[in-house]
Amino acid sequence: MTVLVFTLLVFAGSLSAGLLGALTGLGGAVVLVPLLTLVFHVDIRYAIGASLISVIATSSGAAAAYVREGYSSVRIGMFLEVATTLGAVLGAFLATKVPTRALAMIFGGVLIYSAVLTWRSNRSLHLEAAIDNPSSDALKLSGSYPGPDGQQIEYKVDRIPQGFAMMFGAGTLSGLLGIGSGAVKVLAMDRIMRIPFKVSTTTSNFMIGVTAAASAGIYLRRGYVDPGLAAPVMLGVLSGAVIGAKVLTRARVSVLRTVFSYVVLALGIEMIVNGWLGRI
Amino acid sequence: MRFLLDDSRMERAMGVLLRFGVVLASTAVLAGMVFYLQDRASQLVDYRYFKAYSFGLRHRDELLAGSARDNAAAIIEAGILLLIATPVARVVFAVVAFALERDRLYTAISIAVLAVLVFSLFHGT
Repeated sequence: MTVLVFTLLVFAGSLSAGLLGALTGLGGAVVLVPLLTLVFHVDIRYAIGASLISVIATSSGAAAAYVREGYSSVRIGMFLEVATTLGAVLGAFLATKVPTRALAMIFGGVLIYSAVLTWRSNRSLHLEAAIDNPSSDALKLSGSYPGPDGQQIEYKVDRIPQGFAMMFGAGTLSGLLGIGSGAVKVLAMDRIMRIPFKVSTTTSNFMIGVTAAASAGIYLRRGYVDPGLAAPVMLGVLSGAVIGAKVLTRARVSVLRTVFSYVVLALGIEMIVNGWLGRI
Repeated sequence: MRFLLDDSRMERAMGVLLRFGVVLASTAVLAGMVFYLQDRASQLVDYRYFKAYSFGLRHRDELLAGSARDNAAAIIEAGILLLIATPVARVVFAVVAFALERDRLYTAISIAVLAVLVFSLFHGT
């Protein structure tokens, strides 16, 4: 394949990945790495390098839109970024030590888990919401967000040490595989720390960019980021995510989400099989 | 700097900062990619085998003496570095904004995040 054809195909593939990722809420990187390794036969280290760069771009690009809605919490984000960035440094360090076939298999496991998560009900109901946890106020994590009638709804944050620990894990996964691991971040905030869903998703978006930046330096020094590959991937995923965010409000995504989750599941199995057979 | 003394305003300013960084970085990457393609469109590509790419800002003399191909890659690299700097700038912004709010706890937390970022960007192996 010539550079021109390769660049155009990778751009088109990345655009689709970014678009589907934005529409289904699963993120673009999760299908990007399997696409690059399984379809384009790119070494997984180049693939996760390019993917990590695209993660920074989409997270930062979407931030302005999320902020306007007024859900995200800069304090919760900054507090938990201490955990995610430390985890990301560990993850990026591990990525340079773990054999590539093991990386592929771990990636496959994450894909399968993401697929399973989409089948479960996405919103927890927060039946025990607004628990009075004194640490929430002490750490200034309590906040409020705009409700449907324009009134401010107060919330508190619970189980802070457990959430913090899970965030460390999310960061490690992000640094290890070059993904945003937004699903794990939302899980930690929404399910463990009982932060309202909207606050969790928007704050998670902010955190993804900072987390990815924490492993980027290590990736660059290890030579994982090749400009010829990273450029079309970054521009493609970013364009896809921007288009996805524009049509999201109009599109019916539930069917798409179900179809996409099966694609993710299949890719996960294929990553594990290929990793096991040593073809990655 | 009174306009920063409010969390939601701080966040809005951060959103603008992030978008600005991304637009600037993508423009550089796009320009670099166009030059890159002009130079080697018909060459064969192979990312099947990993060979660590030596990423880094080149010295000015090296850029002037270098071939068009090296310069195209250097423009993409500059764009990528700009992109990585964007969320870092957001954390720097948070340090300043929390310091202005006289919020010692969150100034310290932001500095901790910044320290991890700086460590990994400059010293991590």
